[in-house]
Formats: sequence, C-alpha cells, structure tokens
Amino acid sequence: MSQTAFNAALLDPTADRPVGLSDSQGRPAGKRFDVYRNNVTVSLREALETGFPATARLLGEQNFNAIATGYLRANPPSSPLMMLYGGGFPRYIAAIPALAKLAYLRDVARLEYALRQSYHAEDAPALDPAKLATMAPEKLNNARLTFAPATQLVLTEWPIHAIRAKALGETDENPPGVAQPTLVTRPEFDPILTPLPADQAALLADLMRDKTLAEASTLHPGADLGQLLGTLLASMALTDIHVEDT
Amino acid sequence: MFDQSNHLPALPGVGYKPQHYSDLVADPAPVGWLEIHAENYMGAGGRPIAQLKQLSERFPISVHGVGLSIGGEGSLDPDHLSRLKHLCDWLNPASFSEHLAWSTHESAFMNDLLPLPYTEATLQRVCDHVNQLQDTIGRRMLLENPSSYLAFDESTYEEPAFLSEVSKRTGCGLLLDVNNIFVSATNLNYSPQAYVDAFDLAKVGEIHLGGHDEDEDEHGAPLLIDSHGREVADPVWTLLDYVLDRSGPLPTLIEWDTDVPEWPVLAEEARRAQAALNKLHAQVPA
Repeated sequence: MSQTAFNAALLDPTADRPVGLSDSQGRPAGKRFDVYRNNVTVSLREALETGFPATARLLGEQNFNAIATGYLRANPPSSPLMMLYGGGFPRYIAAIPALAKLAYLRDVARLEYALRQSYHAEDAPALDPAKLATMAPEKLNNARLTFAPATQLVLTEWPIHAIRAKALGETDENPPGVAQPTLVTRPEFDPILTPLPADQAALLADLMRDKTLAEASTLHPGADLGQLLGTLLASMALTDIHVEDT
Repeated sequence: MFDQSNHLPALPGVGYKPQHYSDLVADPAPVGWLEIHAENYMGAGGRPIAQLKQLSERFPISVHGVGLSIGGEGSLDPDHLSRLKHLCDWLNPASFSEHLAWSTHESAFMNDLLPLPYTEATLQRVCDHVNQLQDTIGRRMLLENPSSYLAFDESTYEEPAFLSEVSKRTGCGLLLDVNNIFVSATNLNYSPQAYVDAFDLAKVGEIHLGGHDEDEDEHGAPLLIDSHGREVADPVWTLLDYVLDRSGPLPTLIEWDTDVPEWPVLAEEARRAQAALNKLHAQVPA
C-alpha cells in the first residue's frame, strides 16, 4: 500500500481505511488505524491551541476545536518546524462567514503569531540610544532605522492588545473603544507588547518600509515621532540607525 | 567510516523540557545526560537556543530528530537535512538519532511517526535515506524501533531482522525503545522477550523508556498507545532488566512528552533507571 493512500485516509475521516493493514489475527486494522488518525488530528490541534491561546479562549473550546480541525485538514504543516505552524490560521478564521461579527479575531490571531515569530527570531544587539542622541539634526532627518529581527508590528482597527489580555485572564478591564495597533519586541528572551496610537503605528509602518525619518514624518505630520523613537529605544526594537553617504 | 564509539554515558538521561531548566541546573542527579528534539531547536535564536547552549556546557546532549521522515517514499527534504547539519555542527552532540517511520508526504508534515511495511523496497529506501543523512551530518546515527498498532500484510521481514539489516548495510547504530517493544508486542500478540532475543543488541547505543496508555480495539483485544504521558509501566521495567542483562549497561532515557510532571516525578523515574543500571554492576563477579 502506498503512503499516498495511507496519508489521504489520515486527514479525511470519511475516507475508507486503507486495505492491507491488519491486527495480529489477520482482521482489518479498523480502530488500530484510527490511532494514527487521532494522533495526527489531536497533535496538530494542540499545536494550534498552544500557538493561539487567546484566540482559542475567545472562540470557546468547542468552536475552536471545530475550526482548528477544519484548518489542519485543509492546511497540514508544510515543514517539521511546528514552531511556525499556523501562519495561515488568521486568514482562515477571517474567511469563515459565521465569524464575520467577530472581525477582531483575525487580528488577535495575527498578534499571537507575531509573538511566536518574535520569540524564535534571531538574537541581535540593541541600538545604543547614545548613537541616536548624538546625531546631528540634519543627519537624523535622512536616517533610516534598522529593526531587530524580533520586532513585529501588527496593524489593526481593533483593541487587540486589551482583547488578548482579557481573554488570557491577565486583566478584568474591558477593552477600550480605540484601535490598538501593537508593537512586538524582545528585549531579551520574552517578547513584550506595546500598543501604539494609530498615527504612530502608521508612521512606524513606513519606517519599517525603510523610509527615512523625514520622509515618514512628512507622510504622517500629526504623529509624534519623538515619542515613537523613545518607545522604540525603550523596548529595544532597533539594532541600528544609519545615514547613507550621498 | 564514521566514529563508531558511543559518547553518551551509560547513565540515566531525560528528555529535556524547558520547565525543568532551573531544577536540572540546581541538582541534576541522577541525570547524566539530556536528549532534545531537534526540531524544537531550529528557530533562529531566542531562549531555546540560548538554553541549549548553556545546557551543552554541563551535559552530554543527544539530538533526537522527529521530523526527517526517513521511511518516506519521497526524497528527504534538503532544507531539513541542512537544518540538521547546522544543529549538529554548532552543538556537536554526543549522539544523533531518528526513527524508523515516516511523517511527511508530498511536503505535508503529519506530526506523527507513521508505520512502514517491512519489505525489500522499504529496506532499500530506508538505507538510502540513512546513508544520505549520515553523509550530510558527517556522523553515525542511531535508528529507533517504532511502536506499532497494526501490521502490514505485505511485510516480509520481522522488525528486529529489518533493523539489523539496515544497521549492517549503512553502519548506523540502533536505539532500542523498550516501551515500544512492549506496546508493539502486546498490540500484535508476540513475545517481547523473543523480540529482544532477535534484536542485534551489540548495535544498540541508547535505550528509551516511556509511559503508555491502555485501550482496546473493536474486538476487545488490548490496544496500548505510546503516549509518553505517564510513568513507565512495571512490565516495561522488567523488560528493561531483561535487555540490560543481555546488552550490558547502556545510556537509558526517560521520555515524558505530554502532561509533563514536576521535576521530582521525572527525577524519580531517572532514579529507577539508575537502580536498573546499578544492578548490573552488582552482578559483575569479583
């Protein structure tokens, strides 16, 4: 029997079990094959639950199990690195019509995935604030920032930082009525989350697209660049600031 | 070809879990070495890599791969081979092992160790993949016997003979999982002692022990599940004595991967393995 046949029956509970598999008496393997079906489904579902704990709590156990099972059957891991499994899960959730009213779920899931990416990202020494502080103003205007590999920005229209914290029982407070685009950074080993004002997040997004400080502030004149730079330095989001020689 | 000597000490080891880091570093006894799952240490950086670097300065490390799919019908994933080589290059582990199983099919990874028919075609493929892996990482590997829930009608080899042949053709060593023997023997209704008698014990470089769950199939026959989620069962300890009496002392690992307990519970299992190893020394004639 080919592994194609074995594999197809693993992920499709309605498929017939493969032939040619037996117990010790020569009877068809039956429930014995289902051990593998169960192992695959449960282990992948648990990996998603571990990776998206707030999303799982917001959905509730029954809903999450059903949605995660649908996802893993359609999207089994494409590599043995389970730490990266579930990158497509936020998009999968967003496409479920029954969840249309919970539009923030996708962005909470994106935040959780960003946390995981940050946790496993490459180590890099943080920028010494003195380098920025001593830079001449005209040089600073033309400078670009280099972000640490562990730095992530999750743009959103929802208060995802507070929704996540409440879902995980970290706070009892209800989420505010404002968007919380969230900066993810990793000062040492544990990622930290910093919700940003929407205009600073938009400014940051352009800085992360390699615009100079002057270019980015021109695009977002109302945003407080000084405060944003203070946040980036304090959270160790940066590894360098540099000016191209012209 | 590759260095044939065993660099793991013939002491108890445990499968490393990050929640045990502080306890292990404070007082590791009786644990003499650690095993890690290769795929958990393939991120670019962060705490997992930093902790592993620190642990490797204190303990011999065994790298145990769970994702290469050595028994897969397709080619081995070149990216994954490179990741394994990178890990072995910087860590320089005392041992590297993988499974007689498959887990990837057409780039979909199933996160489980799936069974193989023991045929000439499988033998050729497994040997090719073991050779490819050993050539890539530049070291000898140990290949582990699986736990079985069912049998393939097309099999023409018994499992010990199959593993012995792989070892003979590729020079690889073997990893003997004693719980897997007990699980498979119960599920497929054969004698675990006969399995051990047929096994090429001279090639064994490491022993695994783990807990299993008990279930039944639809005919009421026992169906043991290799869960790694509880203490090693008493008959498995008895079978360990049977193995060690014939093999002599070997590095002996406690695997506990789900519902991971507090450190003292795992340390107690390691002490039990130490007692089994100590019995051998007591038997050596003066």
